[in-house]
Amino acid sequence: MDYLLTSLSAAIGLITQLNQEVLSTVGISLYTSLTAILLASVLGVPAGIALGLKQFTGRRLVLTLLNTLMSLPSVVIGLLLFGMLSRQGPLGGWELLYTPLAMIIGQTVLATPIVANYTLSVINGADNRIMSTAMTLGAGSLQSGWQLLKETRFGIMAAVIAGFGRVIGEVGVAMMLGGNIRGFTRTMTTAIALETSKGEFAFGLALGIVLMTIVLLINLFLNLLQHR
Amino acid sequence: MPISVKNITIQALCCCLLVLAAVPALAIEHLRLATTTSTENSGLLDVLLPPFEEANNCRVDVLSVGTGKALKLGESGDVDVVLVHARSKEEKFVADGYGVDRRNIMYNDFVILGPIADPAGIAGSKKIAAALSRIAEKQEIFISRGDNSGTHIREMQLWQDIGVIPVGDWYLEVGRGMGEVITMANERGGYTLSDRGTYLAYQAKTDLVVVVEEIPGQFNSYGAIRVNPDRHPHLKVELAKRFLDYLVSSSARKLTTGFRVNGQQLFYIDE
Repeated sequence: MDYLLTSLSAAIGLITQLNQEVLSTVGISLYTSLTAILLASVLGVPAGIALGLKQFTGRRLVLTLLNTLMSLPSVVIGLLLFGMLSRQGPLGGWELLYTPLAMIIGQTVLATPIVANYTLSVINGADNRIMSTAMTLGAGSLQSGWQLLKETRFGIMAAVIAGFGRVIGEVGVAMMLGGNIRGFTRTMTTAIALETSKGEFAFGLALGIVLMTIVLLINLFLNLLQHR
Repeated sequence: MPISVKNITIQALCCCLLVLAAVPALAIEHLRLATTTSTENSGLLDVLLPPFEEANNCRVDVLSVGTGKALKLGESGDVDVVLVHARSKEEKFVADGYGVDRRNIMYNDFVILGPIADPAGIAGSKKIAAALSRIAEKQEIFISRGDNSGTHIREMQLWQDIGVIPVGDWYLEVGRGMGEVITMANERGGYTLSDRGTYLAYQAKTDLVVVVEEIPGQFNSYGAIRVNPDRHPHLKVELAKRFLDYLVSSSARKLTTGFRVNGQQLFYIDE
């Protein structure tokens, strides 16, 4: 018990003194995850809307694929992308492996199906009179689509936030594609894994507290949105 | 009464689970060994442990972590024995009262691995330290373990000896095991410091070559220490003693020196 308490106070000390190493790690985590979720939203939201509104052959197949991708473990995505980006891989010449960009790519792949899937269910759950009413009022299909997006904006924000929660807390992609390079690709999660294996419990705990706080804030925000 | 039937079922289930959990524990004793990735990755333990387990009707549970973490596990009494490679840290571990009965087990040596193209031009160098300062000077990519492992501790010692503080874009601290670091150095076309054993075990999977080695070597010696039972009464003292005796026995030494990967000897015996 003593051990936990001393570690906890050391961890809180590291956070309150704005320890440089803690800050840089948090910064890298936020940078990669935010960029990835931005890209994932640009790809996933339109995909979700299209899937929700359009009926086409093969739609069920796409939906099944999307669900599978959504539950794919991050280490598998890491593994596949490692194969692509490695020197022997087809994209090896781009020299992306062990850079923040590689992590962003991996996390985008991770988050896009989540954003698309959640957006899809938001669209499915939306009042289907929105589009037709807008159309009756003389709006074009693009304009009425915009109207739909406005009406469902909170749900879509929730979709984006769910995707963000997934990428900020994942360790597989960050470790395998980023390589945990100090001050460059070391994120909160890979640092926690490392510090624990070094026996530096307090430092890991400090990052764990920051990570939990971020995830908690995200979920509080999500909760707030859902109750509007 | 249906409720009691349900209760009985639950109780029976719990009993079954308890028995299942207890049976293997009763049948054989477990010895917990914290060791470094180099001994585990090389495959030595797969050869060394089974005869001991058979003779003593026990199981050795191996936790393969860096030296720093292995010693921490010992400090907190989470393991019975540590087998690590960082002489100064081992001696401190014993001096601080965390461990007793340190024995020299085996050694190999450290080498610098790098791409065959050798951009820093250090091939043929006679001293690892000199080669490191050349890498720093030319700012060629160097991957550091950065994980408080025995190899990392030696690397930091070498930098200190040549008065270089390694910082910059070329110096990448990755905080991972030796095998992963070899993979990363290979991918980035950089250099790294490795124990020879792990390199030999990974030789088939990497394009890296031994660029610099020393004769006589930059020795990397492994020591086994029992965790002090005075601090942690729950430890398996008898079994741990027998294990250390086994490690320095002639039969274990024969297995150690006879251990080959791709036809090459990985470990040598002290004295």
